[in-house]
This record gives sequence, C-alpha cells and structure tokens, in this order.
Amino acid sequence: MPTETLTGAAALVRCLELEGVEFVFGHPGGATLPIYDALYHSKKLHHVLVRHEQAGAHMAEGYARATGKVGVCMATSGPGATNLVTGIADAYMDSTPMVAITGNVAQAMIGTDAFQEADIVSITMPITKHNWLVTDAKELPRIMKEAFHLARSGRPGPVLVDIPKDVQNTLIDFQYPKEVSGTRYRALPKPTSKQFQDAASLMRSASRPVLYLGGGIHSAGAYDEVLDLVETTGAPVVTTVHGKGALPESHRQSLAMFGMHGAKFANYTVQNSDLLVAVGARFDDRVTGRLADFAPNAKIVHLDIDPAEISKNVAANVSIIGDVKETVPELVTAYKRAVEKYGKTDLSAWWKQVDNWREMFPLRYRQEGDKILPQYVVDLLHKKTKGEAIVATGVGEHQMFAAQYYRTSKPRQFITSGGLGTMGFCLPAAIGAQFGKPDALVIGIDGDGSFQMTLQDLATASKAKLPIKIFIVNNLYLGMVRQWQELFFEERYSQVLLGDCPDFVKLAEAYGCLGLRAQTPEELPGIIDRALAHKDGPVIVDVRVKEDECCYPIVRPGGALDDMLGGE
Amino acid sequence: MAATTHTISLFVENTPGVLVRIAGLFVRRGFNIESIAAGPTEHPEFTRITIVVRLESKPVEQVLKQVQKLLPVLSARELQAQDRVDRELMLVRAHLPPGGIDEAHSVVRRYNARILDISNASFLVEATATPEELDTLVALLNTFGIQEMCRTGRVSLERRPQANA
Repeated sequence: MPTETLTGAAALVRCLELEGVEFVFGHPGGATLPIYDALYHSKKLHHVLVRHEQAGAHMAEGYARATGKVGVCMATSGPGATNLVTGIADAYMDSTPMVAITGNVAQAMIGTDAFQEADIVSITMPITKHNWLVTDAKELPRIMKEAFHLARSGRPGPVLVDIPKDVQNTLIDFQYPKEVSGTRYRALPKPTSKQFQDAASLMRSASRPVLYLGGGIHSAGAYDEVLDLVETTGAPVVTTVHGKGALPESHRQSLAMFGMHGAKFANYTVQNSDLLVAVGARFDDRVTGRLADFAPNAKIVHLDIDPAEISKNVAANVSIIGDVKETVPELVTAYKRAVEKYGKTDLSAWWKQVDNWREMFPLRYRQEGDKILPQYVVDLLHKKTKGEAIVATGVGEHQMFAAQYYRTSKPRQFITSGGLGTMGFCLPAAIGAQFGKPDALVIGIDGDGSFQMTLQDLATASKAKLPIKIFIVNNLYLGMVRQWQELFFEERYSQVLLGDCPDFVKLAEAYGCLGLRAQTPEELPGIIDRALAHKDGPVIVDVRVKEDECCYPIVRPGGALDDMLGGE
Repeated sequence: MAATTHTISLFVENTPGVLVRIAGLFVRRGFNIESIAAGPTEHPEFTRITIVVRLESKPVEQVLKQVQKLLPVLSARELQAQDRVDRELMLVRAHLPPGGIDEAHSVVRRYNARILDISNASFLVEATATPEELDTLVALLNTFGIQEMCRTGRVSLERRPQANA
C-alpha cells in the first residue's frame, strides 16, 4: 500500500477508520483541536459529542459490551482526560475492551504545569492494560495498532493513548502495520492434555458438582461451547452478575445468580458442592463471601484466559489457562472420554437436594398495597419485553433487583458495572449499546441516585433521537447504603435521603425527552406500555417505589456465603 | 503464614517509565519491595531488574504472574538461593576509629573493601559483597560511628543458564 503524508492527527483518524471503528464518544478541547479538525473530514467515523467525558467512557463500554467490539472514547488534556478516569477504571475491572484517546499539551510544555496539563499516563497506569505517551509521530500507527490489539486480545481491557499537540501536528509518511510485532505479544503456553484429563476425572467422579460461569464467556463468545458443557455434565449452573446470559436463565439447569445478593438456593448449592468448575470467572469477593469458608468441601477446576487469576483468591486443584472458546470443548471431549471409560456419577440425589432448596427458598416478593415494589417493576419489565431487551443498570439496590428478576437468555443482554460498581453507568451505557445495536430494544433500570451522576448526557440521547427507555426505580434514597445502615448501623440513616428532587418528568422534558411517571401499581403496566411504544427518542420513567424495600437475600458482611439475611 | 523474602529477576524493555510501572504494581498489590536494582544488559534494548520482595501471605507465584501482565516485562523469575549469586555495592563514610587510619585499613582489608577517601576525622569505604556480608561490615563500622551510607540493593544472576530464559 503506498504511503501518504499525513499529520499525526489525520493519521490517528485513519488508524481508527482502518480498525473498523464506527463510533468515537468524545468531547473536544484545546489539546485536541488538530484531531477534531482531521475528524471534520472523516466520512467513516461517527463522532458522538458527549456532555461529560465520563459518560463518553461509559458509552464506549456500553457499546463494547453490547457488540463485543472495542469501544473508543476521546477527551482533551487535563480535566478532559481526568474525567475519563472513572470509566477507564470501570472497564479495567470488568475487562471491557476500550481505547481511550487523550490529547496533551505540546511536548515542550510537558512537566511545566502548563494550562490543562495532566499526567494522564501516570494517573491511568494502574487502571489500564498498558498506556502510551506518543513522543514521536512516526510511532503513532504502530502504537494504535498495538492499542487495539491489546484492548481486544487475551483478557480484554482498556488502554490509553496520550498524544501531545505537537505530535498531532507533525507530518509523517503514514502506513498502517499489518500486525503487531515484537516479543511482548507472545501467545500463552497451551494447556497439556493431562490438565484436561485431571479436570475431567474430577468432574466425572464428583457427586455434587457445580458449574460457575462468569463474564469471560461473553468475552470469548463461547455460548455454544458452554451449553454443551452444561448439558453434557448435567450439573447445576450458577453465574456471576456478568455471567448472566452465558447460559439462558430459563435453562432447567440454571440456578441464575449467586453471591451477595444471589438466591439462597444458589448459594447453598455452591457452599455444599464437592466440585466447582469456574469458567471465565475470578472468585470475586461479592460471590465468595468469607474466603476461609467458601465452598469448604469443593475441589476447584478453574478455566480462565488470565494466568494471574488462577489461585489469586481461591486455590485451584486443576487450572486450564486459555481462551474458553477453545478450552471448554476440549474439556468436554476429555470428560466424555472419562465417562466412557469409568462411567458417570449419578447426580439425581444432588439434584433432589438442589431442587428442594429451589422450592424452599425461591426469590419472591409480594406486590400488594399502594406502593410499587422495585421487584415488581423489574418483573413487569421482563414480562413486557419478553425478557429480550438489552438491559443497562446503574449501581445499587435497583441493580441487584434487576439482576435477580430480569432473567436473560441471550448473549450480551445484561450490561452493568460489576467490579467497580459505578453509579451513573446506566444512561451512557444504554446510549452506547443503542448506537451499537440500533435495532435492539434497549432499556435502562436505574436508581434515582445513580441517574443523577451522568444525567447531562440525556442531551446526547435526545439529539440522536435514541429510543432508549430509562426506568428510574425512584425510592428517594441511596437505597443500598440505606439498606446497610438499616441492617448493620442500627438505622442511623446518615446522608442517604436524596428526597423528591429533581422532578424527573420535567427534567426529561427539559432535555427534549418524553417524561412519564408511575406512582401506583395499577398505573404501572400502562405507563410501561407507553414507554415501550415511544419510538421518537428517549423516554424517562420516574417510577415511585416503596422507600424502604431492602434487597434480600444478602450475605452478611464478612460472613460466609451461606450466612444470609432474608430470602425465606 | 510467616513473611517470606524472595529474589525476583525481571527482564524488561528499556523504555521510559518501566521502573515506575513495576514499582506501582508492587505497591498497589501489597508486595513489599525491600530493594530494587535496575541496569543495562547484554542487549541494549533490555534492562534487568533485581527485586527483593517481602511477602506476608501471598505466594510468590502470584507476584510473578501479575508482573508478567505488564507489557514491557518479557520474563519474571524467582531466583532460588542455591541457584544464584548475589552481590551488592555499598559506600560508607564513617568516623575514624580510635586507632586512626591504620585500624581503619585493617578492618577494611578483612572485608575485601577499599578506602576511597580519608580526612582527619572520617574515611570513605567501598565494599562489594553479598548483602549479608555487607550487613556485618555495617554493624562493625557502626561501632566507629557511620556518618552516611548508601547501598545499591541486591543484584543477582543465576549460576547456570535456565532452559527458558
């Protein structure tokens, strides 16, 4: 391919085009003027002008989680860059592929406390897979190639490329590398057949096995492979909040989510297992409870692409490092061979126990009286969307209710901030998801506290006429904190009352969106219908719910996974 | 589990900020750095870093796996005591002992160290030895009174090349 002479800024735009980037969620500034000038002429890139860079980063996340592609966000130097930090940290914790691009002051000014200067490379070192300060414009194409490769390969995650203004203005002979080179991008050693045999042997002989599915299955796109594993072994299946949809939750073997707010029967099943097969999950503290007491009699088989997660929190008896899309089928093959040779352990007694727990401790709520219950909102939304919507959430009680009651069945449906738990995630993530999946029904289940953290980007959704429907589960409180204060701080409600402000309907209308309000259980179905039918742009629904409803069950803080409050 | 000390040898790209990335990782994961020494190698694009890390409860494998996730790190290995040679360099300025410069010389000779500078009240010593031997010399010089000292931290190299270096 013949080279062309381009400025660094134009080269950046060309790199994004060549990487197949559809959307850049960004906000311009002084240090990115050359880039935005180059963007002006791009026909292939669609730049979405955000109202706050944090929202831009969450949009990139929502896009990435809904489509599986790399999300791209852009900010100027200084405060623009630092406004990205929360979103980058969020992507880091949830292994979301993201390329964040920031402008910086000219290199001669770096280190002089220049106007809008921030050392964003140092600031984001702990929260990126890697980051770069581009000091030589000739290096930019190679760096962008590496950035995208790193974001999407192995365990996905965010990267950041910081481009000083003088580099943006420097002319280079542009040529985009065909592949990343160098010893650093080395492939992982392949697992041995013995590891598969050892795992298969444990699985075959276990009498109380459990499959524990996490977000890595979405990253790998290993849905068919996991379904095969589930049905071949016949074991009960639990998932993390990110693992939702890795197996359809309607599957008869699915116990859905376990962990701090998982169903009681799911937690009992895990705690009483004699073998846990973890696939694309990392034994996070939200699912393990007190580590010393986690699944005390279970051997652990751990399949993951990140070697550092093996035995980080929980020691694995057998570990298989690799892309689960490849390792799961090989495990199934080894398992079938083991069963053929030695027979399969009968799981009917185990299932009898599990089904017994399922019957005794279902997730339930009783919608009666004149206050809407948050569980009812989610349940009704699930019915009215046939469980097929893409659901983005904020963080808090509403998020846990959404995870409990919006049972998903398709890949990449449930888009939530799990590891970092970022309030304000819902609206921008829904926006990003809708851009990525323009024909999909995208709804948000948000909290009144969470919604206010990023609401300025209602403007972005409104201008683009995105038909997203955000349901604010409005209890006038910071619900999850309030719950902890009720349960563990003797009802000392310190700084959790948000109150009846703002008027979300008027706010929606101020942003050119449809605003609706539901205050009684009787009017809720009709309001939801109206919201779902609205196609001309965003809908914000202020759903007034019972103020003091707590999310049960809840694992006692510092407690073992089977030490739960509520859930009877 | 009692605290354990490990010597880790890293082979890393010689690019700006590599040391910061590695040190930052150790700090935020709670891997306590007792000493860190970095320097050029037989390949100009690569640096070797020797880190002595003190771990309270984590296995050293976790440290090695985490540090290998960093892009500029090409390899990370623990060097076992029996497989490696350790050295450290130290400069110390101490008060002259009661016996004057002659006593200073005889002490220093026993440790294979050198006197680089003498004044009427102090002398400056250079010593290269294992960290443990340097500790002993420091204790001895302390009886004279140490004015100032600096140590490089341990550098280590394996006696034999490893199969997958």
